[in-house]
Amino acid sequence: MRNAHCCLAMLPLPPGLHLLLREGLPPLPQDPPSPHPPQPAPPFTFAPRRLRLGPQHPLFEDGDVHRHLYLQGVLTSLEEVAERPKVSEFSCHISGCSQVFDTLESYEHHYNTLHRNVCSFCKRSFPSGNLLDIHILEWHDSLFQIMAEKQNMYQCLVEGCTEKFKSSKDRKDHLVTVHLYPADFRFDRPKKVKSGSKHTSSPREQGSSVPMDVSVEMAEQFQGNPMETGPEENMEISQPAASPGPLLPEKRLYKSRIPSTICFGQGATRGFKGPRKKV
Amino acid sequence: MWGRRRGRRGGRSAEELRVRRREREAALRKARREEQLVSKRLLREDSAAEDGAQDGADIVPEPLSEDEVLELLRGVQRGSEDRKRSLGRLRWALQNEETQQKFVRLDGSIRTLTGLFTSSLAELQLEAARCLHELSHSSVPAVAEACLPVTSYLLTYLSGHSLELTELCLYTLGNLVVESEAVRKQLLPQGIIPVLASCIQSPHEAVLEGVGYVLSQLLQAKEAPTEIIPLVLDSLLPRHMLPLVCSGLKAGMGAAVEFAWCLHYIICRHEDNAVLLALGAVPALTSLLLDLASQIPQGAPEGLELLVCPVLRCLSNLLAQTGCQGQDGRLLIALFLILQCFLQHHPFLVQECLWLLNNLTADDPFFCSALLSLDLLPALLQLLTCSQIATVLVLTVLCNVAEKGALQCQQLLQQPLLAQLLPLLTLPDPEAVGQCLELLHLLFLHCREAAADFTRQGGHQALEQHLSTPELQERAQALLDMVRQPPGAPSACQATLAVFS
Repeated sequence: MRNAHCCLAMLPLPPGLHLLLREGLPPLPQDPPSPHPPQPAPPFTFAPRRLRLGPQHPLFEDGDVHRHLYLQGVLTSLEEVAERPKVSEFSCHISGCSQVFDTLESYEHHYNTLHRNVCSFCKRSFPSGNLLDIHILEWHDSLFQIMAEKQNMYQCLVEGCTEKFKSSKDRKDHLVTVHLYPADFRFDRPKKVKSGSKHTSSPREQGSSVPMDVSVEMAEQFQGNPMETGPEENMEISQPAASPGPLLPEKRLYKSRIPSTICFGQGATRGFKGPRKKV
Repeated sequence: MWGRRRGRRGGRSAEELRVRRREREAALRKARREEQLVSKRLLREDSAAEDGAQDGADIVPEPLSEDEVLELLRGVQRGSEDRKRSLGRLRWALQNEETQQKFVRLDGSIRTLTGLFTSSLAELQLEAARCLHELSHSSVPAVAEACLPVTSYLLTYLSGHSLELTELCLYTLGNLVVESEAVRKQLLPQGIIPVLASCIQSPHEAVLEGVGYVLSQLLQAKEAPTEIIPLVLDSLLPRHMLPLVCSGLKAGMGAAVEFAWCLHYIICRHEDNAVLLALGAVPALTSLLLDLASQIPQGAPEGLELLVCPVLRCLSNLLAQTGCQGQDGRLLIALFLILQCFLQHHPFLVQECLWLLNNLTADDPFFCSALLSLDLLPALLQLLTCSQIATVLVLTVLCNVAEKGALQCQQLLQQPLLAQLLPLLTLPDPEAVGQCLELLHLLFLHCREAAADFTRQGGHQALEQHLSTPELQERAQALLDMVRQPPGAPSACQATLAVFS
């Protein structure tokens, strides 16, 4: 090792350094102004220089290696990881959602995934507030369509990009060509049905027409048993677009599910108060 | 991650751990010399035991056959009753690199994971994210590139509100970023920088640390100086990074460490650093080092060296650009207290501190005279033999002081300096010997007495042995000539003493 001969444990430091650190340095003796030192006389070459070091400088090797040992988790010690506290089982308090949890973390994740960015009009859930805002604007703002005929209204979905487009198709082209999004990006499906029919989300319609979202009530209702009524969006993504895989027909068998407009019975979420988010 | 950073010992003895660490260290040194130094982080819940690995995270499952992998994939795709269990088994199996490669070669495998990852089934979503995270940890570029279709979704969920998912996405992205330039080329237009700039405003420490990790990985890319650093500097990231680094002692050490390395990667590769200087990086980092040094008596928190190292580097490189005009003299004290604190357990910090000490004292009369009047010279001299790099740096700092003139040389010579320099002349490292000759020259130039002392201590012979070394012989000869000069007119040193006595 490089530092093999470094066997000194203590430096002979003067006392009182901590005090000076707190209170500042005393006035230093003023050195007499010395004539500027001559340039180094050959063969001597020393001249004071502040050094700028680049990333590959050998001086950095030991420190870089230490950093990477840390990243790779090799700096082991005796301390053990704290376990996540288990709590007694409890269920999600959102009406119609009966998911049960035994850690706060799993509840938090469930809540944030399904109940946080939920559209209050159609109860769909979105992965981010930005996508929810765009959804509400495009789907539930009555002025949107009128405005969209006059000017570019479809915002780019990429945070930090301010471009707007005439249609969602133009936006999709932009996402694919400029931002290298996959052509089947699942959070921007074109709106094919009229917004009036959005509440009657029959499986067929929902699967093919819902942009950006997941149907919250469907998903929850069948969470315990996803096989039989696996939400269609899962299937669509696993076998998207032009390449229907061999498993697709098999899955189509499992499409029946309770329309979300049904307001009674097990798993129903609609009543006088919808599953509004509360924070 | 910081809280979870210490790897589990997994029932191994201390000796086994040391062996493992030595091997890893050797591999890292080799990789660094080849400019291939990359690391990935693994965010793995310790639930591995449920599948029979009694000893926790380090037992890698056996590779599965192609058919077994296909069966797992089918189980996950079929949405059968135990889809969740299949997915859990898949995640466990994907800890094996061979299994990873077999999995990504299967038709539709990544698409299936993407589907579950973007589904609303919260548990499946997390489990799918964990599978993707296992894939991102692969050291095979083909596996990382198989994950290309999923990067836009990983970015999308960064703006979400699920802490655990966000963290998983961040570490997955951070891992993918270093594996392949193709991934980086895709992530930049997908808007990774603005997404990170909004994530860095998260109130959650774990998210902040993850953001720092992704950014530090991006900034190490070979194309970073032209493609990435300008975007980062143009974004809101720098103004958030600096306060996060500086608040590391109070809260959020993990994030502070990551962002401090980010700053280092920017500063050591960027031309002017105008953005960071305008944000007050020099005073901010200086005051961080002062705080840190003042807390040392209460005990340095474990892992502090991981923060100190990049902070020293940032400050040192910035001061190389700006000079030290108006710098707080207490920085010098802080530097020695830090040296003292880390000398024993993290000696690698010695050279980093000495480099900063050089940048403080080079051409700066204030810091040179502070070094002398604060009586820090004995401590500095003790570092002379600490390591090969340290030897050269200590000698350089001494030259910085000696170059200031006769008075400073005289103060240097009040220490047993010559006796310590003599053995250095026998070192095999020509750079160290060369620097030693430079220092002797400055001392003799300003203080003739020193030359006489040197002869008395047998320095003559020490110089003669270098008369046949090409890069040293001229300087050795010149010093011999100085030493042999008959004592005549009073030297500058004696003259100064006369004035001040």
